[in-house]
Amino acid sequence: MPAFVVMVLVTGYPILQAVWNSFFAYRLTDPENRRFVGLNNYLVSFTDEVFWSAMWMTVLVTVITVIVELVLGFIIALVMHRIVIPRKTLRTLVLIPYSIITVVSGFTWLYAFQTGTGFVNQWIQWMPGIDANYNWFGGFWSSLFVISLSEIWKTTPFMSLLLLAGLAQVDSSMEEAAKVDGASWLQVLIKVILPSMKAAVMVALLFRTLDAFRIFDNIFIMTGGANETSSLSMLIYRQTIDRTEIGLGSALSVILFLCVLVIAAVFVKAFKVDLAEGRG
Amino acid sequence: MKQSTKGTGIWSVLAVPIMLWTAVPLLWMLSLSLKSADDLANKDASVLGNFWPKDPTFENYQLIFSGGASELFMPALRNSLIVCLLATLISVVLAMFCAYAISRLEFKGKKMILVTALAVSFFPVVAMVTPLFEIWSKTGLFDTIPGLVIPYLALTLPLSIWTMSAFFQQIPWEMEQAAQVDGATSWQAFRKVIVPLAAPGVFTTAIITFFIAWNDFVFAISLTSDQARTVPAALAFFTGASQFEQPTGAIMAASVIVTIPVVILVLLFQRRIVAGLTSGAVKG
Repeated sequence: MPAFVVMVLVTGYPILQAVWNSFFAYRLTDPENRRFVGLNNYLVSFTDEVFWSAMWMTVLVTVITVIVELVLGFIIALVMHRIVIPRKTLRTLVLIPYSIITVVSGFTWLYAFQTGTGFVNQWIQWMPGIDANYNWFGGFWSSLFVISLSEIWKTTPFMSLLLLAGLAQVDSSMEEAAKVDGASWLQVLIKVILPSMKAAVMVALLFRTLDAFRIFDNIFIMTGGANETSSLSMLIYRQTIDRTEIGLGSALSVILFLCVLVIAAVFVKAFKVDLAEGRG
Repeated sequence: MKQSTKGTGIWSVLAVPIMLWTAVPLLWMLSLSLKSADDLANKDASVLGNFWPKDPTFENYQLIFSGGASELFMPALRNSLIVCLLATLISVVLAMFCAYAISRLEFKGKKMILVTALAVSFFPVVAMVTPLFEIWSKTGLFDTIPGLVIPYLALTLPLSIWTMSAFFQQIPWEMEQAAQVDGATSWQAFRKVIVPLAAPGVFTTAIITFFIAWNDFVFAISLTSDQARTVPAALAFFTGASQFEQPTGAIMAASVIVTIPVVILVLLFQRRIVAGLTSGAVKG
């Protein structure tokens, strides 16, 4: 039980403190000047354009990365499940991106897409008819693309592993039976494999959605939030650490936390994911 | 039989693009670390469309180990190791007690602890930074080793408890009693029967915990400045020898250095890591 006490202490206290702080307006550099402003910090946030752009970026990045990761992760899981020969090599290789520090993968992708030093622009030019030195970090959508790519590269292995565990639970005799009955590969996939993997898919989706919603490292490294690529987490960091606006930062933290709670609740309710059931 | 071999062929072909997708960025990382500052900006010094250096050089590695960047990198590497090992050790020991209690004893609120642990692990890390930053600045914990270890416990404990109790629940505790019936003392029974069974779970949890702490960026950049800065944060704030020189090569050399031990760990323990990660989420 001491672990539980420590856990509650080290996480519970900051949570409550954040909620409490969110009702005050003050800066860390000027702690004397602390005044109660009620819900004003929330009002300020909600009427700020920057907040909505961060919200939009966060939602966009989450939706894009989670969908791509699900599809890609499923394909990789299927291949890992089926192949025999380079199975071990594949498994190890696939695990490596997941074990790399996000900052490192962020830099790697940043440099790959950078004008001049990167290889991506060079490779694109090999394609016929294209002669461009594209500035990937010059605009919102291309920045979003690279950020998402880095995030996807790094976390798809996690998705594949969860899905692989799900695949292992699929009853292979049912698969065989369906094949004997003349079902096509696609039919087997949709009618037999996917339904029995529902739990694994939902848990993987839930984990990744909540994780992607807190995206920070990749954005910090690649754009630093330029071109409106700030996520909610980025915005909190800017308000708290750079501008020491503790009250505003706390209000944003509470908003982010509530968003995460809502996402989790929607998953649990809508898809009937029983979190504790995963425990057997 | 014939059909399954045919299937294998197709799946193996599909494995090629997956391997490329994984390997190209890794090779790129290595390639950058082997490029000299001059070659970096010069396309003609590289082959395969700026991908691989014509004359690989180790000067970036020299730079981070003994050259100008070593004052930045070496302390960060030391901090990272100390902080992550401490956090892993404390987290695993605490989680072990908790997981033992959960799987061994019957009490009310068992399920609640697990669900709370999971819910807490979804708490946005950045949201914790605000209050911690404030308290740390007041108490002098800012930019110290304990000042990072404590938040890392917050980060790793929920997952440690969750993963470890998954392992512990598979242990047949009756064996302990059986050993006692056979005349072993309860300590002997615990040591001879339970410890060997629990060891893989503890070990796996430790590796996963270490990875999480090793990977952390948010706490590292907001709760440290120069004394306790860890590798991820140090990388982010790396600046070149002059303000016009991009430290790309040095950053990538440092990246390769911190990636290699992790990759070796993954290679050695991939089976256990997979088991740990998946048992933490999916029944199995």
